[in-house]
Amino acid sequence: MLLETIRLAVQAIFRNALRSFLTVLGIVIGVGAVIAMVTVGQGSIEQVTADVEKLGSNLLMIMPGEDAMEGGPTGVLTPMFTVRMNNLLQEQLSVINVSAPMSMSRARAVFGNENRRTDIVGTDNRYFTAARWEIARGRLFDESEIKSGKPVCVIGETVRKDLFGSYNPVGEVVRIKKLSCEIIGLLKSKGASTFGSDQDDFVIMPIRTFHRRIAGNTDVSLLFAAVRDGVDSDRAKEDIEAVMRDLRRIGEAEDDDFTVMDMKQLATMLSGITGVLTGLLSAVAAVSLLVGGIGIMNIMLVSVTERTREIGIRLAIGAQARQVLMQFLVEAIILSLFGGLIGIMVGLGLGLLGANMLAIPFRPDINIVLLAFFFSAAVGMVFGYFPALRAARLNPIEALRHE
Amino acid sequence: MADAITHDTALIQLRGINRICGSGEAEVHALDGVDMDIHQGEFVAIMGPSGSGKSTAMNVIGCLDAPTAGEYHFNSVEVANLTQDQRALLRRHYFGFVFQGYNLLPRTSALQNVELPLIYKGMGRAERHAAAIEALSKVNLAHRAHHDPSELSGGQQQRVAIARALAGNPQVILADEPTGNLDTKLSVEIMEVLKDLNEQDKITIVMVTHKADMAQHAKRLIWMVDGRVERDGPTQKAA
Repeated sequence: MLLETIRLAVQAIFRNALRSFLTVLGIVIGVGAVIAMVTVGQGSIEQVTADVEKLGSNLLMIMPGEDAMEGGPTGVLTPMFTVRMNNLLQEQLSVINVSAPMSMSRARAVFGNENRRTDIVGTDNRYFTAARWEIARGRLFDESEIKSGKPVCVIGETVRKDLFGSYNPVGEVVRIKKLSCEIIGLLKSKGASTFGSDQDDFVIMPIRTFHRRIAGNTDVSLLFAAVRDGVDSDRAKEDIEAVMRDLRRIGEAEDDDFTVMDMKQLATMLSGITGVLTGLLSAVAAVSLLVGGIGIMNIMLVSVTERTREIGIRLAIGAQARQVLMQFLVEAIILSLFGGLIGIMVGLGLGLLGANMLAIPFRPDINIVLLAFFFSAAVGMVFGYFPALRAARLNPIEALRHE
Repeated sequence: MADAITHDTALIQLRGINRICGSGEAEVHALDGVDMDIHQGEFVAIMGPSGSGKSTAMNVIGCLDAPTAGEYHFNSVEVANLTQDQRALLRRHYFGFVFQGYNLLPRTSALQNVELPLIYKGMGRAERHAAAIEALSKVNLAHRAHHDPSELSGGQQQRVAIARALAGNPQVILADEPTGNLDTKLSVEIMEVLKDLNEQDKITIVMVTHKADMAQHAKRLIWMVDGRVERDGPTQKAA
């Protein structure tokens, strides 16, 4: 009997193929969006973690402010670092291979008619070592340029492409704010970072040049340190914290006014953000499942009205109310399951496409797929029940008379 | 007439059946103290002006409707106070319905239409198929088994409907204006089919009609007026 009911429901659905499809579109979109979202989200979390580990967990970033990454208070009250602090840190700690002071701001780089808003970074050659940048053309800074703060810069590939097209930029002069700055080198492209940002979109100049000509102060906002090979980054962190407390004259009872962060933490944090975003977007997508359910209820109600006479016939030839109820309920469930299945395929397809486009691993989650499947069945059951009940409660005589 | 027929063997036995529709000011006594006995193997025509309660009487007999008051014994079992679902089971196992408008499922083949009551009887697929083909053969439509109702003429559609009523192997076929939508030639054809079923298969037939010439095909005529049985007797006399 149940098998017959299912067969009957499938027939009824295919009798109105287009309408059935439009009816379940909401479910298709909802399920598809949730699955695509989760698939891409999980892929990127995995990618972030893998990349950060590959990048080397030996990189540490030291930032002013307590719990800087957790969004704790930074800025006005927290003093910035200085170049001297960076150098003392590197001298005093053998666990540190190299440490670079960094200051940053956003500004427009102008060349001829072209311009681009980009990151302006002040640092020195130690940064290139720590972050493993290689030079594609030209050269890095020399000692005198760093010491005297000459207006020279090294640019990333994105800036070159935007301002110079196919020209060789080395030797040209770009204008940044009021500073005319000679390009002495071009860095090899690293491409998009794991976190989606373009790593090649910056102009780097000696930190002294940056302080004098761009920032107008001598603040250092970040220390970028590479730990010596074979040294545990947790141990290095502890050492750095101790030295920094000393350098910044923090009393025994006081909390750190800086944060040391390794790439693992960064990865965890970014994974966390990705996870939250994925969850949020999935929740929005899930709303469309609700909308889809209402669509199904609407069409099932129309269907019950349209098929009143059919219901009358069935009742007349001996169908019991609960059998009519079952018929319409099964039809609603199968309808939304169809939607769910199409949605799963669409979602996985979009997930695969997204994974390819973002160059992250394709990680379909069987649990989410199963969840989507059962959820769409539940949507059919919940939103199909009321129309089915209506059908089952029809009076056979009146139903037969219905035009 | 109530005293005329009171055999215990009456298949259908109505006693003082009332059916009140609506309530208050709009209250209508569709059936007002109907007594009726119909025996196994009879072919009864119920006639009467519109609003005389003939269709209501048939709905009560076929357990589509429950009487407001009175007793109804079917096969000597009291069925007047059954629930909806119990009445559905009675319909499933003992009654077949034929309607004026054929009432076939659209976009569903003749065969599937005929199989429908058998599905509810819980018959297996192969068995069902065989029974449906047999029923269609009885109305000479086996060759049209796979056509949709829309591809069949009115007469053929009504024959499919009769096959559907027949397929469940009922004791009683109830026909409500079965020739109402058909011309005289096709009407006679349908009446012949019903007559055959009555004479050869001994199926009890109760037919509501407003055409006297169709009623002539029955053996007995019940004439109703205002929810009451006015005349009841063999067709020749009543006509």
